[in-house]
Amino acid sequence: MKSWKPGDSFIWLSGGALALALLMVFGLIALVVVNGASFFWPRDVEQFQLNDGRVVLGEITAREKIPQPNASHAPATHRIQIKRGNRDLYGTDFIWLNETDIQNTTAPRNALVIERVEWGNFYGIFQRLEIGGQTVSNDWKFVRARLARARKLTAQIHTVSRKDIGAINRAQERLRRELKRSESAELRADYAALQAQYQEQLATLASLRGQLTDVLVVSAAGHPEVRIPLADVVRMNHPNAMTAWRKCCFYAEKLWEFVSAEPRESNTEGGVFPAIYGTVLLVLLMSLIVTPLGVLAALYLREYARQGPIISAVRIAVNNLAGVPSIVYGVFGVAFFIYLGGGTIDQAFFSDRLPTPTFGTGGLLWASLTLALLTLPVVIVATEEGLAAIPPSTRAGALALGATKFETTWRVVLPAVTPAVLTGLILAMARAAGEVAPLMITGVVKLAPALPLDGVFPYLHLDRKFMHLGFHIYDVGFQSPNVDAARPMVYTTTILLLAVVLAFNLTAISIRARLRKKYSSTHL
Amino acid sequence: MTTELSLDLLADDTRMDLALATPIVEISNLSLFYGAKQALHDVTLNIPERHITAFIGPSGCGKSTLLRCLNRMNDLIDHVRISGRIAIRGHDIHDPQQDVTELRKRVGMVFQKSNPFPKSIYENIAFGPRILGTRDRATLDEIVERSLRAAALWDEVKDRLNESALGMSGGQQQRLCIGRALAVEPEILLMDEPCSALDPIATARIEDLMLELKQRYTIVIVTHNMQQAARMSDYTAFMYMGKLIEVGLTRKVFTTPLEQQTEDYITGRFG
Repeated sequence: MKSWKPGDSFIWLSGGALALALLMVFGLIALVVVNGASFFWPRDVEQFQLNDGRVVLGEITAREKIPQPNASHAPATHRIQIKRGNRDLYGTDFIWLNETDIQNTTAPRNALVIERVEWGNFYGIFQRLEIGGQTVSNDWKFVRARLARARKLTAQIHTVSRKDIGAINRAQERLRRELKRSESAELRADYAALQAQYQEQLATLASLRGQLTDVLVVSAAGHPEVRIPLADVVRMNHPNAMTAWRKCCFYAEKLWEFVSAEPRESNTEGGVFPAIYGTVLLVLLMSLIVTPLGVLAALYLREYARQGPIISAVRIAVNNLAGVPSIVYGVFGVAFFIYLGGGTIDQAFFSDRLPTPTFGTGGLLWASLTLALLTLPVVIVATEEGLAAIPPSTRAGALALGATKFETTWRVVLPAVTPAVLTGLILAMARAAGEVAPLMITGVVKLAPALPLDGVFPYLHLDRKFMHLGFHIYDVGFQSPNVDAARPMVYTTTILLLAVVLAFNLTAISIRARLRKKYSSTHL
Repeated sequence: MTTELSLDLLADDTRMDLALATPIVEISNLSLFYGAKQALHDVTLNIPERHITAFIGPSGCGKSTLLRCLNRMNDLIDHVRISGRIAIRGHDIHDPQQDVTELRKRVGMVFQKSNPFPKSIYENIAFGPRILGTRDRATLDEIVERSLRAAALWDEVKDRLNESALGMSGGQQQRLCIGRALAVEPEILLMDEPCSALDPIATARIEDLMLELKQRYTIVIVTHNMQQAARMSDYTAFMYMGKLIEVGLTRKVFTTPLEQQTEDYITGRFG
């Protein structure tokens, strides 16, 4: 029989605290994953015959008890939320139905779901396909082939209008500014040539668009003939007739679209690729700025400065900086970096573009700098602790060999402290990737027209505004005009943000583990 | 008393005479203060070339401080003040013209606790030559092999030169530190209780190594171990309370000490 020792209660207490912490973390992750992961799965489309004769076609998205404050003994009744789409026809995407009003529910195998470029999903029944006003076919295989062709043409149009015409526009803009400075016939001729090219591309666009005459004719409740240009269709399916394998393919396709495509429909549809891109680039830039700055500051504090009350005060101040609300850093970023720094740069180098600001407005550079400032204390503190852990005898050993202070610091102390620096960087990156408030005022936007790193000289556009997963969550979840439709995106984007942070941390941890293995003891 | 007196006495020993004819280090009237506290009192001492000189004495007697004066490691401590003169081959090491890093290259040091850098075995040895400007890989390879052989470590580590030095045993680490000091070809090797953290077998290996090294280097060792001083060193200096009490041939100091304090310490009555 074991007796209860006095220390046991403490072990249970500490173990319980850990268990509670783990439970909360895993609960959070589970909530996000469960809500987010099912979003892309094609759900069955059901048709509801109502008592009043109306017919509603859509997916069930929620079910809740109808509150009845006055009649507490009455049998509970429920209502269901249906996503019936067809916003252009009915005005809203969602409808609530009382279960008592429903006469019967069926799942028609020919129920069609069309994902459109605009107006959200369409739920209805396929009628026929028309090309140039002529009914050509109602063979579904042929319609699918025409859709593939339309998607290809749309992609071509996208390339021409974004890339080719964009390049011409940039060249013209450059010439315009040169012409402003000095008039010359040569420049004028170049400009005219570009203008001709532009017209040529416009003609190409028109001819491409001319080939897109396919129109899908479908029907929905109360609307026997709805015409949808095939060019506006992203994908279409009969979810009730799909096999499990087809559903898996559909899921994978949607998932891939989510991480690789640009957003549509004010961010509630499509992908979040620009936001992933912006987040990763922002964190990388932040790391590039904060690491040297933090390490140098810590080296001075620990290796060079004479330890005394002033250095102690500086150290306390640095530690306290970690507790300053992040929005304060954002305000500082706006006032100091953007208005003062960016304004000065614009005056000096981009005066020909004024009053349109180039660097004098929020952008990637300023957001990175602001985040670097925000995470600086973390890196300094971690590095300082690492430096304190290096025995003084190691430094003495280098000095006794005739190394100068600088050589000792550079060749012995710095390599030895690298794992500690990485620890600081891991904490800094985790914080930076999750930070939203300071970014909202230093350069993050709801929808950025172009990526901050692309194939156009000078490749890395530090002045551009960018998208960010954290802000995307806020925007989609709370600023969207169609909150019900956007809610699942909040969870999926959250999963993605967690994955990005995890990827960063795992990379840094593996580098640190390798360094530790290289430098540290195995026997001692 | 102290030095002059013992010199007189030692003059009858021909071997000592020869050695003292070529002292490599001359310390005269050296006093050292840590702030207001005086740690060395007017020490005058010559250290003969290519012999082992041991500093013995109870803890806090100033022997390590004296040792650290020889390569000016005390410069790193705040509020240290030194008076008197230390000359190596006739050159005052406190001369303003003297480059401290250059001095430390000539006067190598091995510490009480082994302090290999958190780098590979190879990089530990190559550190000194590298900061002296040696870049050529072949030359570095040669220096590493020669230094590790000189430190009697080559056969044990030649197959794992790129592994961390911190993975070696304590004795190996200390020999690595000796090899690291030898890699920059010093004239004098200062050893501050190099065996105090080692087991008897590792200690024996270091002692064998020192006997070999004294053919080419001048060795100054601080030790708490009377037997070690008696077996290893050619000359012994006994210090007490920051003063040099007695210096002479080791066998004389240990068999017929001139001072009562020396005899008391050696026979274990205090210290």
